[in-house]
Amino acid sequence: MPSASPRVALRVDNLKKAYRDVQAVDGIHFELVAGECFGLLGPNGAGKTTTIEICEGLTPADSGVVEVLGLRWETDAKELRQRLGIQLQETQLAEKLTVLETLELFRSFFREGPLPAEALALVQLDEKRHARVGGLSGGQKQRLALACALVGNPDLLFLDEPTTGLDPQARRQLWDLIQQFKRDGRTILLTTHYMDEAQQLCERIAIMDHGRIIARGTPRELIDSIGIEHIVEFSTAGDVDLAPIRTMAGVKDVHPAGGFFEMQVTELHTCVPALVGELGRQKLALTELRTHSATLEDVFVALTGRHLRDE
Amino acid sequence: MSDGFRSHPLVQLTLLRLREFLREPEAVFWALIFPILLAGGLGIAFRGEAPEVVRVAVTDDAIAATLRQDPVLDVVAMTPDEAARALRSGRILLVVEPGADGGAAYRYDDTNPEARAARAAANQALQVASGRVDPVRVDDVITRETGARYIDFLIPGLVGMGIMGNAIWGLGFSIVDARRRKLMKRIIATPMPRHLFLGSFLAWRVLLLPVEVGVPVLFGRVAFDVPVRGGMIDLALLAMLGSMTFSAIGLLIASRAKTIEAVSGLMNFVMMPMWILSGVFFSADRFPDAVQPLIRALPLSALIDAIRASMLQGITLVALWPQVLTMIAWLVVSFIAAMWLFRWR
Ligand SMILES: Nc1ncnc2c1ncn2[C@@H]1O[C@H](COP(=O)(O)OP(=O)(O)O)[C@@H](O)[C@H]1O
Ligand SMILES: [Mg+2]
Repeated sequence: MPSASPRVALRVDNLKKAYRDVQAVDGIHFELVAGECFGLLGPNGAGKTTTIEICEGLTPADSGVVEVLGLRWETDAKELRQRLGIQLQETQLAEKLTVLETLELFRSFFREGPLPAEALALVQLDEKRHARVGGLSGGQKQRLALACALVGNPDLLFLDEPTTGLDPQARRQLWDLIQQFKRDGRTILLTTHYMDEAQQLCERIAIMDHGRIIARGTPRELIDSIGIEHIVEFSTAGDVDLAPIRTMAGVKDVHPAGGFFEMQVTELHTCVPALVGELGRQKLALTELRTHSATLEDVFVALTGRHLRDE
Repeated sequence: MSDGFRSHPLVQLTLLRLREFLREPEAVFWALIFPILLAGGLGIAFRGEAPEVVRVAVTDDAIAATLRQDPVLDVVAMTPDEAARALRSGRILLVVEPGADGGAAYRYDDTNPEARAARAAANQALQVASGRVDPVRVDDVITRETGARYIDFLIPGLVGMGIMGNAIWGLGFSIVDARRRKLMKRIIATPMPRHLFLGSFLAWRVLLLPVEVGVPVLFGRVAFDVPVRGGMIDLALLAMLGSMTFSAIGLLIASRAKTIEAVSGLMNFVMMPMWILSGVFFSADRFPDAVQPLIRALPLSALIDAIRASMLQGITLVALWPQVLTMIAWLVVSFIAAMWLFRWR
């Protein structure tokens, strides 16, 4: 079957995969349009790696359709391998090799693509070209892994949790690189369990949990879908009566959340003064007050009652 | 074009193997330096110089005086207590004590050939000094050939053991390490044909073989004049066949293991019996006849027997067909089984 449209870079339909006692992927479908960055967002164990590795031709699916660049793994594996750029979740490259040697190795596997030195420039690792891989920082190793994914000049890039375990600065640097790849017109499938990463990088997101996609859309659409604009967190000296707060105009919900209270509201400029007034009536001192705009994290909490990262 | 050659995946994968090996000083030490130290140490300990004088302990002054007339014997006078201690600790192998009827008694361990030789020498000296006349005249014709000393026996054994160890350890550790780091999975996610990944291990073994075999053979030649009667070409062919055979066995051992611990255990389990049985340090002929067919069927026995026969006796490869066939059989069976079982991720 030829693909529906040449603009579809990846089509996944009713995909299923079970390991002995877990249904890792449970009938999901999604499509990647050429030129976009699509995110699979979900907590650990959601089935993101299983999904992306099936798309990469590394894991066989139990059932379902996977069409990559209009091709199928069963018949076109050789061609597909040339055209995909892959970064696995937990590869440790050979420590004894230098950065440049590693890229020469990977470059030799592909028909065409940038020179190793050019690929290094793409990930801003030029000055480390003669350093041993074992001596690189976590962020540098991850950038090298990205360069290895780019040496074949891929039409589609798979990035599985590219910033997991990195410090904030290294993450930001990686985000900048991925933004640059997007500007270069690359198509990217990215998995992550960081909501801010998905929000920053992805045009469209599918939220995964327990092998299923539980919501999908642009970050804006997803956040709007829960009808909460802002989150107000506060704590007080003494016990609060939550009932009058719950009935204030613009308040969706308020509940205790581990040592403080979390209030979901539509408008900050009316709700915060109302809250302060109400606490004054109850003769309670406000000891802490924080607000933030609703995020994908709040979407996940609203959908599942759990947080993305169980910390 | 040299650049085109360098950018071939097999060349790059082989470079990966070589770089990982050469940049690991411990690996280089165990593969190349250690066999020389071992051969040197053992060669010195068992050097085939003029026959040493036989040391015997004597607890009786009269017998001591009689035995001292024979220059082959180094007679040490001891009290019975001292003699017993020296015997237990192995410093001397024979004690001569006063015996019944004014004769002598020999105290020694009859399972030790050197002790039996010492007894024979002491007895000869004692009987001759007491007036025995031998009825048959004998003459000793001494020949000392290279090829018959312990070091001559040892060097082929070490060469064979080195080929086995380097191939099995080399493949076992590298493959499992690549699997454990998910590096293997990453590499097979590229268009590289999988057989090149395995081929790079063979290329790596073959490239290092001249050094691995050449170093101990050359050392034996220079330091102890150990012969290579069958010629370097036959030796190289045998080494190559041996290395491929043990590479296939290493591939089989590493085909499914996921941790270094698991593969180490398996490798030792496979190699240990061969270290003992295959005649590395002493002749396998010492084991009972019943197990000889089993020992001959071991790949290391075949390799070492063939190298020894070629180096020391100059026997041709054609005449060594049983050993060659044994290795080929191991090579083919292990390789097929490894391909059947191999786990790429
Ligand atoms: N090789 C495997 N064998 C058995 N279970 C697995 C295997 N790989 C993943 N799983 C299970 O499948 C589920 C999904 O895992 P994974 O796809 O790695 O999730 P994620 O990448 O979202 O963290 C988890 O419950 C995990 O334990
Ligand atoms: Mg994962």
